[in-house]
Amino acid sequence: MSAIPIRSSSSVRCIVNGRPVALEVRPEALLLDVLRDRLQLKGARRSCDMQVCGACTVLVDGAPVSACTYLAVEVDGREVTTVEGLADGDRLHPLQEAFIDHGAVQCGFCTAGMLLTAKALLAEDPSPTPERVAEYLRGSLCRCTGYRKILDAILACATPKAAAR
Amino acid sequence: MLRPFALHRPATVAEASEILAQQGRDAALYAGGTELLLILKEGLLRVKSLVDIKRLPGLAGIRADNGHLLIGAAATHRAVEHAPEVHARCPLIARVARHVANVRVRSVGTVGGNLAFADPHSDLATAFLLFDATVRLAAQAGERELALGDFVVGPYETSRRDEEILTSVRLTPWPAGTVGAYVKYGLHERPTLGVAVALTVAGGAVRGARIAVGCVGPRPQRLAGAEARLGGWSLADVERRAGEVGAEAAAAVDAVDDLHGSAEYKRDMTRVFVRRALLVAAARSAGRESHERHPHTVVV
Repeated sequence: MSAIPIRSSSSVRCIVNGRPVALEVRPEALLLDVLRDRLQLKGARRSCDMQVCGACTVLVDGAPVSACTYLAVEVDGREVTTVEGLADGDRLHPLQEAFIDHGAVQCGFCTAGMLLTAKALLAEDPSPTPERVAEYLRGSLCRCTGYRKILDAILACATPKAAAR
Repeated sequence: MLRPFALHRPATVAEASEILAQQGRDAALYAGGTELLLILKEGLLRVKSLVDIKRLPGLAGIRADNGHLLIGAAATHRAVEHAPEVHARCPLIARVARHVANVRVRSVGTVGGNLAFADPHSDLATAFLLFDATVRLAAQAGERELALGDFVVGPYETSRRDEEILTSVRLTPWPAGTVGAYVKYGLHERPTLGVAVALTVAGGAVRGARIAVGCVGPRPQRLAGAEARLGGWSLADVERRAGEVGAEAAAAVDAVDDLHGSAEYKRDMTRVFVRRALLVAAARSAGRESHERHPHTVVV
């Protein structure tokens, strides 16, 4: 006989931005709603609601996911990073500094997703080529900057090729 | 917003199949959810339960199997992109996986989900056809293996029975001396066209050719007539006469009108892209890079 299904709420224990969190969530709860409405983390935004735009990007165990189309129960036992977890107290993350320095932020709506996607890319490939950055950002839409400044900001945080390895 | 459902997490394939047999179409198989959760949100599908199969033992594995490559249905695109077994045996597939959708979908979406959802505007099935892919379906009653071409029946339609679970895909690596290319094109989130070709060259002549075209019709297809035309050609022949093969492919392909364009447009794009993919593969086979650079072209 099969295990008892989750019908109502089940408890989820995870780490969000370095802090342990315990929550009761329904099976159909989406991670984005739990982050925004229960944990008051408003950095991930609902926009296209279909994994096309990247505004709701968060990291689960370091991998970018669209929180709008991801069940909250999946983060049980895992680590979630939102844009609120990037800065270290008052000290901004180097990517955040670079985005400011390069004017990679205009209206700011896509910025949280861009920063987290960039963080995942640099963790996977510390010295990406410009082509690789552009390829990795496919599906992260910005309607203001034309991408050039975002690309420059990310490349400014890359480890120079010679220093890599 | 999603309507309420129960979430089952069976421990074995048999348990999962039992739930499916009991609940029929009130239950949906769930792994990455990148396709399923979208249609649930849109209300295009209503179910009472999701049956989560991604933690079933072995279902996410990728391994060599008696000369073949076995990809578990719950393996993510990202896992396929990085798996050493895929790079060693079917490197084109690793490269294609890297270009599926976007990085968030690749982190979560699975190979089995992609095939079973059978969206015609997709990359994997087209590329898999070049490796004579078969899929394994399991139920309480037993297992069966089907050619991928017999599994994908039409748009969003497969021959999977309600109580069956797609557990793995088996690919047959190409013979030595084979070069493959995958070229895709699209202005939307999903591809408008995907062309996969492979040329097996020995003694300066084409000994085997494989051509698959996807996205333009109800399901991806191999084009045997166009493949046969290449038999015995030298690489110089391929570079000079690839257009003939493109024209043959365009005439043979099953193209349909949809939001990506008219059937006529897709037929013409098939002609252009089959030619282009062959030129890219022939150049690589001759030890050169193609002089043309195309976005989303992957070559091995």
